[in-house]
Amino acid sequence: MSAADTDPEAGRAPLWRRLLAGSSTQIGLILLALIVIFAMLRPEAFFSVANARNIATDAAVLLVLAVGSTYVIVTAGIDLSVGGVLVFAGVLAAKLMNGIGGTGTGLILAGLAAALASGLAWGLLNGFLVAKAKIPAFIVTLGTLGMSLGLAYVITGGVDERDVPFTLISGLGIGRIAGVPYLVIVSIVVAIVLGIVLAQTRFGRYTYAIGSNEEGVRRAGVNVDRHLIKVYALAGTLSGLAGFLSLARFGTTTIGGHATDNLNAIAAVVIGGTSLFGGIGTILGTVFGVFIPAVLQTGFVISEVPAFWQQVAVGAVLIVAVYLDQLRRARQRG
Amino acid sequence: MSAAEAQPVLEARGIVKAYGKVTALNGANFIVFPGEIVALVGDNGAGKSTLVKTLVGVDPPDAGTIAFEGREVQIRTPQQARDIGIETVYQDLALAAEIDPAANMFLGREILRTGPLGRLGFLDKAAMRRRSEEAFRDLGVRIQDTAAPVANMSGGQRQGIAISRAVTWASRVVFMDEPTAALGVVQTRNVLDQIRRARDRGLSIVLISHNMPEVFEVADRIEVLRLGERVAQLRPSEVSMEDVVAAMTGALTFHDEGEER
Repeated sequence: MSAADTDPEAGRAPLWRRLLAGSSTQIGLILLALIVIFAMLRPEAFFSVANARNIATDAAVLLVLAVGSTYVIVTAGIDLSVGGVLVFAGVLAAKLMNGIGGTGTGLILAGLAAALASGLAWGLLNGFLVAKAKIPAFIVTLGTLGMSLGLAYVITGGVDERDVPFTLISGLGIGRIAGVPYLVIVSIVVAIVLGIVLAQTRFGRYTYAIGSNEEGVRRAGVNVDRHLIKVYALAGTLSGLAGFLSLARFGTTTIGGHATDNLNAIAAVVIGGTSLFGGIGTILGTVFGVFIPAVLQTGFVISEVPAFWQQVAVGAVLIVAVYLDQLRRARQRG
Repeated sequence: MSAAEAQPVLEARGIVKAYGKVTALNGANFIVFPGEIVALVGDNGAGKSTLVKTLVGVDPPDAGTIAFEGREVQIRTPQQARDIGIETVYQDLALAAEIDPAANMFLGREILRTGPLGRLGFLDKAAMRRRSEEAFRDLGVRIQDTAAPVANMSGGQRQGIAISRAVTWASRVVFMDEPTAALGVVQTRNVLDQIRRARDRGLSIVLISHNMPEVFEVADRIEVLRLGERVAQLRPSEVSMEDVVAAMTGALTFHDEGEER
């Protein structure tokens, strides 16, 4: 929130009331409650530095995907291709780096560029098909999910690329600054920058407005098609970045491990208070939405609840989140 | 007719618009003079909304000419209409419900901050809110919480926001497609006041309406559309409501002065 937003002006509800009514505040309180519960059950285990680091590292790659999905869902769209694009970008980056050979920083940057560029390309394709060909986003991104994942299999012959430059793993993969893993820092920077862009810039304003009333925005003279293409391109580029982060973390392309990334990202975004109907949502909410499943996972493990219950709990939270969103909308429209 | 001697701000001639086999407009004429409220009336299906859409660039005509301040213009997109000072209040409002009134006021015309942040696309929300509140005050639109989404507001408030937006940005003509259709008595009164205030600023208002008492209350002139053609140009001071209804239904035919020129 900028200074302009907290400016006490006549004709506006007080800040505390707007904060309290915000959906990201409610979901933040739920996250806080979960942390308190698990901390009371096993304080020594839950509050250890190692545990906090594990939770954050697990969440880092998903957060990058979910930030992109937040933009797409705020426009009332959907991106199912994120996991496929992630794998494709990782494979391309790994192949390129191994093809050149070496361990230098320049090589790592070349790999990063390849991952981002391939993500961008898939995103542009998604955006073009959604905005210009007017094919439903669900179908377009389901198609590109299959295409990107399929091409990754074609390129690798189905065998994971395991020879990733050692410096990538030792640096970005497991390196830390002041105890905070690089992966976590990258994902937090992505979330902060794109959170500010969504809340404070014209790009963010159009993202909300298109999700709210696409035809109205068109009539207001905004180039809606171009904006939608940009939003899908952003989501694709972030998937490419996530692919590179995943490569650094695991040291392999993990081709078979991302089939449900899209659902995890969408669940995090929706749990975080973003409406599937468009026009509503914040990056802060998405951050909370990413950490709720992560905290549940770790919390169940350390309190010796079978970890499989995490899936059950996340599924239930997702349904409740969407139900609450519908209730809120019904109250507004009524 | 003194108004007829003034240069029309907008004059459409022979507008044709067909959707498949249905001809919605069959060579319709329409004229707007500076600083007047002209009511565009007609029965359901007469082509009122279609005519508006052809004139504001939402749905360009198949044939016909549009003259703006005496010279022929092409209006193929809403942006082109806006560029020459024509704004529209659509029947379905065209507001984005999830964002606040100021964001709607400035949709597509955002004020950016000065300096490097502005070049990065950062919005000057305070300036937009301030100017929106001024515009609402000038037109008598009451909004309690200008930071709340439009979805939280009443039909009258939403219509007030839509009218404020159009009136703020228009320099010549504002089209209003049935602006009071969904409103109660008090809210309708407010909207009619807003229309008069806009006219008093020198804007021309095209009011599409079914409501004859309302038309006779505010309109300076009436143009009647029937079966896709203009069939009459009347003055409320010279005719009765029954005459207008008769023209709408075809029971009575008037001399259309546009035809003989």
